[in-house]
Amino acid sequence: MEQADYRVPTMAEMAANNESPEILFWVGCAGSFDDRYKKVTVAFVKILNKAKIRFAVLGTEESCTGDPARRAGNEFTFQMLAMSNIQVLDMYGVKKIVTACPHCFNTLKNEYPELGGNYEVIHHSQFLQQLIDEGKIRPEDGLPFNGKKITFHDSCYLGRANDIYEAPRHVLEALDADLTEMKRSRVKGLCCGAGGAQMFKEPEKGNKDINVERIEEALATGADTIAVACPFCMIMMTDGLKNKEKEDSVKIYDLAELVAQANGL
Amino acid sequence: MAVIQQVAFILILAAISWILLRRVSLIRKTILIGKNEDRNDQPARRFSTMLRIALGQKKMFDKPLIGFLHFAVYIGFILINVEILEIILDGILGKHRILAPLLANSYRYLIGFFEVLAAGVLIACSVFLIRRYNPAVQRLQPARHRELNGWPQLDGKLILVLEIVLMIAILTMNASDSVLQKVGHPHYPVTGDFLVSSFLQPLFSNWDTAALVIYERVAWWLHIIGILGFAVYLTYSKHLHIVLAFPNTYFARLKPKGEMYNMPEITSEVKVMLGLENQNADAVVPERFGAKDVTDLSWKNLMDAYSCTECGRCTAACPANITGKKLSPRKIMMDTRDRLEDVGRIMQANKGEFIPDNKSLIGDYILEEEILACTTCNACAQECPVLINPLDIILQLRRYKVMDEAHAPGSWNAMFQNLDTNQAPWKFSPGDRFNWADAVR
Repeated sequence: MEQADYRVPTMAEMAANNESPEILFWVGCAGSFDDRYKKVTVAFVKILNKAKIRFAVLGTEESCTGDPARRAGNEFTFQMLAMSNIQVLDMYGVKKIVTACPHCFNTLKNEYPELGGNYEVIHHSQFLQQLIDEGKIRPEDGLPFNGKKITFHDSCYLGRANDIYEAPRHVLEALDADLTEMKRSRVKGLCCGAGGAQMFKEPEKGNKDINVERIEEALATGADTIAVACPFCMIMMTDGLKNKEKEDSVKIYDLAELVAQANGL
Repeated sequence: MAVIQQVAFILILAAISWILLRRVSLIRKTILIGKNEDRNDQPARRFSTMLRIALGQKKMFDKPLIGFLHFAVYIGFILINVEILEIILDGILGKHRILAPLLANSYRYLIGFFEVLAAGVLIACSVFLIRRYNPAVQRLQPARHRELNGWPQLDGKLILVLEIVLMIAILTMNASDSVLQKVGHPHYPVTGDFLVSSFLQPLFSNWDTAALVIYERVAWWLHIIGILGFAVYLTYSKHLHIVLAFPNTYFARLKPKGEMYNMPEITSEVKVMLGLENQNADAVVPERFGAKDVTDLSWKNLMDAYSCTECGRCTAACPANITGKKLSPRKIMMDTRDRLEDVGRIMQANKGEFIPDNKSLIGDYILEEEILACTTCNACAQECPVLINPLDIILQLRRYKVMDEAHAPGSWNAMFQNLDTNQAPWKFSPGDRFNWADAVR
């Protein structure tokens, strides 16, 4: 597929053409601005194109869902952001949303209904699993991952917060990867240290950084690929890897990137 | 002598009942100073949660061996207390083993079954006591967890010692009873040997009858006073969980763990600011945003605090605590209860009214440094065997700090400002939000 073939329509463009997408891809702030996670956004867009999904993004009309403000205790800022997002989403008549960020996912799915925003919200790990199950994307012979040892780091806002443990693992298994679990996984999974707006401040005084504790656990599995499904986990785990000076031998990828790689995208 | 015992028993029973009633009513009153919150929806789902988590102890079996030992104590406690019925009847009526003639031959097996349970409790409590001194069980060590220093760790050990003493009393009481039956003492109806205490009879083989009667009586009194005293003690102790585990799991939250409660009092204000609604003159401005003290929390948060038995599974799973931060979800619950008990004492001293004492939960009990360290990962809520939610309290305290006191770390204030001006937590221009797509278009 030529690069020029990828399309990223916005809701505004679609509305202007009297079209409506099956699904809105909610990119999120990290997916829009963080250099590392922009690659995940691009990988996911390539998958959506390849699977011929009629999707759209909000582009510059998207705002933060308000998650970090709410978790930090600032309900005013949260509700301001949430209400204006709901206005935009409702203006376009959005019904279904997919996002790669578990924090956006949790807020859109669980917290917007109370403020009048009701949408079907799914996380990209669930969406990728659906695409694989429906045969819309096929990991090509599973070549690049054949038996490769991968460990999956559970995001708190996907796992404990929303009980999604299996979808990301199904995706990794579909890649023919050798999935190996960390000592603490699924309901017992250890946080990367970023949630609850910790991403946006220095940690309190302690004897270790949480991401270092977690990366040690990931490295102990002997996996050379650490799969994540959350932009904050990606940032924290990457920092942890640098701290351990292992960034040459171990790589951290989002699920979408791994699926894109397997499909030669 | 028998009449004195009878009168003493009735007086003790009445006194203990009165004290218990007072304690229960105080606890109930202090829970109800919390804010109203409806937790009566979906009764069927709530009931099944209670059956699985409290009655079935599902979460305790995460660690199968500990789960099994705890189950032994739990089932022993519940079933052996059936025997209390007989003891109370005996005590009031001045009889001995009043149920024996009624149950005939099966009495012997019933008591034998209780004895097996008692032996289980004895073994399990001994293991638990050893664990409290074993440095490998980190979550129970005051040296590692400052909130256990002083009373809490003594409380934990006292309960176990008390249970061990009670079980020894019941088993040796039965053994001495059996020996008295064999010598044909008229007060002790023949029931036959009991399953476990029959092995203890040799201990009493050379005792004369008077000494045996004294021992049997002392053990009987020790057992019943121990149990009645225990009932009062547990209202002051972490051990209250044996009762509150049931309502606490019934009223546990049913929403996804990730969902934070909405603040409707802010919604209308935001709507006015966004021009979605006109200023409503009747709008009630809350006296406070978030929670500063226990009176700002919901009654369920307060019931959570009384239900906590300080096992520390939450703290052992807390990423902040694991990495040496001051935050300990167990301490959040213990502090909430300590504050609530202090408030209860003030209420008692002021005819049931709470007169503010210039203290508050945040600041005087829980430190800002603790609540700031939380990653909201929900590991604490996930771990709790009785569905306590420390995170809910932490987040309400944060709301108070940030909104009411306008007090937040500088970098959070910067993040808020970014969100208010560029709708992203980082300092990026909203106009650049779609630039990522240049890589594909």
